Amino acid sequence: MSLVSEGTDLSQPLDLAQPSLAGVEDYVALLKPRVMSLVVFTALVGLLVAPGHIHPVIGFAALLCIAIGAGASGALNMWYDADIDAVMTRTARRPIPAGRVQPGEALAFGVMLAGFSVAVFGLLVNWAAAALLAFTIFFYVFVYTMWLKRSTPQNIVIGGAAGAFPPMIGWAAVTGDITLAPVLMFLIIFFWTPPHFWALSLLRADDYARAGIPMLPVVAGPDETRKQILIYSLVLAPVGLSPTLFGFAGLTYGAFALVCGAAMVALAWRVYRERTGPAAATAAKRLFAFSLLYVFVLFAALLADNLLTRLGLAL
Amino acid sequence: MSNDDGIVLTEEQKRRRRARSIAIALSLGVLVLLFYAVTLVKGPAVLVRPL
Repeated sequence: MSLVSEGTDLSQPLDLAQPSLAGVEDYVALLKPRVMSLVVFTALVGLLVAPGHIHPVIGFAALLCIAIGAGASGALNMWYDADIDAVMTRTARRPIPAGRVQPGEALAFGVMLAGFSVAVFGLLVNWAAAALLAFTIFFYVFVYTMWLKRSTPQNIVIGGAAGAFPPMIGWAAVTGDITLAPVLMFLIIFFWTPPHFWALSLLRADDYARAGIPMLPVVAGPDETRKQILIYSLVLAPVGLSPTLFGFAGLTYGAFALVCGAAMVALAWRVYRERTGPAAATAAKRLFAFSLLYVFVLFAALLADNLLTRLGLAL
Repeated sequence: MSNDDGIVLTEEQKRRRRARSIAIALSLGVLVLLFYAVTLVKGPAVLVRPL
């Protein structure tokens, strides 16, 4: 495994004398703010539904560290993937392939933020949660980005664990340990990731093929991908209900999970059935869009249900 | 431009460098406030860091 991005041309002398053209917005883009919003939201829910009390200032510090840790992962991902980002339409305008940020700048930015977020998290909150954050960054950068992404069509299945850790980290920030409830939240995001990303990859298969990334539609074909999307959606629906089934959440959450799970399966079924033409693309787009809503609705419902329980109003 | 001139920044480069400097200053300011607030919240317990 090389520590140098595969896209970096070492035959060319580094132009260290060239002043940086990076703007603040380029450094913000390196943090992948849209991904960060999901991370922060799920971590917030994990933090708020955990038993026990955390002072709002400490809770804010925890969320800030999780957000910065997620941003560091994004920056290191963009540093390593600059070569493939340059050939994909969706990512060609990112700061490194566009030439606004030098790879070394992104690497230094990511390493600094990663170390900083973990250290501050440990010092201000607790070291168990900080260790989980460190492992999440390690998993996303080394296991997913450097290893799995370019080597197996199961890349986003296993790599999806990195995106599933934040509610667990939020929980650990309050309690200092992990129980079944945060594991269930982890599993919801873990099983949600494949149908979410494969719906997108069905639409971007040409892009991934050009970049040489072995996404499932490129390696196994769109039909196999559609089958896998349906299978994972069928697993996701009961997993989404599991907090209620295990008594961690009430019927309010259960109702949302049931409806959203059914909608997810219905949309996955549509993707499975519609295999050609504009109807196939529309089905994949709808599933992708709904999957984003799914995870936000489920975690918002989990939070609302927990609040109702604390107020004695739970169903 | 002779070698003695060193690196001469364009106006755009100067503008972006200034924006980066302001962003770093703001980030450090937020960090100072955060550490101050946490110290107030934790009191003497700020030195207690259970593993």
